[in-house]
Amino acid sequence: MSDTKTFVYINRKAPYGSIYALESLEVVLIGAAFEQDVKLVFMDDGVFQLTNNQDPESIGMKNFSKTYAALGDYDVNQIYIDQQSLEQRGLSLDDLQALVYEDEDDDWAEKSSIHLVNREELSEIIESADVLLNF
Amino acid sequence: MKFTIQINTGPYTHQASDTAYQFTRAALEAGHEIYRIFFYHDGVNNGTSYSVPPQDDRNLQQLWSDLAEQHSLDMIVCVAAAQRRGIMDEGESAKHGKGSPNIAPGFQISGLGQLIEGGVQSDRLLVFGD
Repeated sequence: MSDTKTFVYINRKAPYGSIYALESLEVVLIGAAFEQDVKLVFMDDGVFQLTNNQDPESIGMKNFSKTYAALGDYDVNQIYIDQQSLEQRGLSLDDLQALVYEDEDDDWAEKSSIHLVNREELSEIIESADVLLNF
Repeated sequence: MKFTIQINTGPYTHQASDTAYQFTRAALEAGHEIYRIFFYHDGVNNGTSYSVPPQDDRNLQQLWSDLAEQHSLDMIVCVAAAQRRGIMDEGESAKHGKGSPNIAPGFQISGLGQLIEGGVQSDRLLVFGD
């Protein structure tokens, strides 16, 4: 399979309360094996998926938030956070876990995968998608 | 045009599966190609053979199975989503020590890679339901 397409995954929902966040992450991780151009967007309540110190055991849910840290190893390193959604929820980047990757074109320097974007930049990301998946 | 269809909601509660079915039929009638139909999230519930709606209602599972047979459609149910929701073929039900398999004719259990590959190979990936 030689074709490369841009896959944009938009994560809009809180990590618990529905299964979308978890089943989106499963698609992203499996999809990583296909060596496509992958961009992840977190917006609306989806920004809560990346918050630090999640502790959902008391509601009987498994904490899967640590899995996001593996994304860099899967070459998923274009992660976009909608600034407006973050601010509306009283959050800043400090409240989110750091997601990093090693840049093979830059002597494996560790770099942040996370980019804060405004709505104009977000629309450009959506525009760049060949395949757009909303979760 | 070549389409992959993704269906994320189960039958009856929402219209998404009906709309996906009608779109698929219309696309085929118009001469388009349906590369794959992929059932994810609660969409896997479209593939249970144990669905018995009232006789004066449409039977969505049957409609999908018939369409698959008529057009040799590749209808995939995501294995991880299906395991969570109790949709099993013979291999899966044996493996997990469950009773009779309940996957309907024309549906096959496979992995999420089939969704990604559908997105890569098709001109359009259309998503029905949320």
